[in-house]
Amino acid sequence: MVAPRPDPVEIWAWLDAVPDPEIPVISVVDLGIVRDVAWDDGVLTVTITPTYSGCPATSLIATEIESALRAKGIDRLRIDRRIFPPWTTDWLTEKGRARLESYGIAPPRAAGGPERCPRCGGSDLERISQFGSTPCKAQWRCRDCLEPFDYFKCI
Amino acid sequence: MDALHEFCLRMGDNTLVLGHRVSEWCGHSPVLEEDIALANTALDLIGQTQMWLGLAAEIEGQGRTADDLAFLRDAWDFRNLLLVELPNGDFGQTMMRQFLFDTWHHAMLTALAGSSDDRVVAIAAKAVKEASYHLERSAGTVIGLGDGTAESHARMQAALDLLYPYYGEMFAADATDTALAAAGIAPLPESLRASCDVRLRQVTEEATLTLPASSFAHSGGKTGARHTENLGHILTQMQWLQRAYPGATW
Ligand SMILES: [Zn+2]
Repeated sequence: MVAPRPDPVEIWAWLDAVPDPEIPVISVVDLGIVRDVAWDDGVLTVTITPTYSGCPATSLIATEIESALRAKGIDRLRIDRRIFPPWTTDWLTEKGRARLESYGIAPPRAAGGPERCPRCGGSDLERISQFGSTPCKAQWRCRDCLEPFDYFKCI
Repeated sequence: MDALHEFCLRMGDNTLVLGHRVSEWCGHSPVLEEDIALANTALDLIGQTQMWLGLAAEIEGQGRTADDLAFLRDAWDFRNLLLVELPNGDFGQTMMRQFLFDTWHHAMLTALAGSSDDRVVAIAAKAVKEASYHLERSAGTVIGLGDGTAESHARMQAALDLLYPYYGEMFAADATDTALAAAGIAPLPESLRASCDVRLRQVTEEATLTLPASSFAHSGGKTGARHTENLGHILTQMQWLQRAYPGATW
């Protein structure tokens, strides 16, 4: 008997429930890490791309995607890594951007800095460092509420 | 292609050795933000190493991996620039070394993103994004410390005087470079010099630092002919685990 093959649209939805290990309010799909989902001769191939080349979360993300799909009954599965075109913050979904902000991380902007403080909405902001707690974040501070916050930097 | 294999080793060994050097700061930086920035820079460089040495291993075709190349080669097989193996010194010296490297690295990766080899393009297009952030930070720090207090200025000038003789090696060509340039895979190193010099002058001027008059350049790192004694010391730390416990994994 041939097992039914879930439609890629359904698989994308499952993947959208796999949280990013470092910023669990957004999914690996929100982050733009999943580049392709395709059946190839009965084997499901999920293509992922790393955010930063040294990001330690990348191999964990591959493991979590694999276990999420196995839990859905997909046992013939391959995770491909692709580095080109390089990951960009342009691939963050709108849902992902909104969730980042409500979580306290200002979403990336082409202007190179946050639009407003994710805590109080203030606009009097200063950059502390272009590097932060993970490769994808910078540290900023709000001069209105005086709180520091993370900014998801553009790349 | 042998020249491309050699080139991947050069790129990967630069990021590996500098990544290791920068990681030595982890937990020792003057302030928390700098500690985080250095650790993230080191992480990017090690990530880029996996790509370059991964491609070197693939071209080599002997079943070795990037890890094998990083942990099981000896000093004479390394192809990194002398600049990146020099000791960290103080924070200012580390940042001056980073700035000199980033200036060249960013220019090189930008050129490589237009390589005739797709695999090189893929690595360079990814790495150059990270290198832009490295350069922005190291240039800014050189300016801030150079044009800072009398103490920080003196330290940055001393760092520049010490490291400038290692700047020229990045632009010296050998047969590998000429072959790669002829194949459109990589730029001739000297073709990057003019734009790098402009940036170097701009930044040092804004930092109120004086470029040394002598353009003497040490060489021997990227050809592997003559590394400094520092490289062997790095390898004793970096490779110790794989040497003592061959094949050990997490
Ligand atoms: Zn605020």
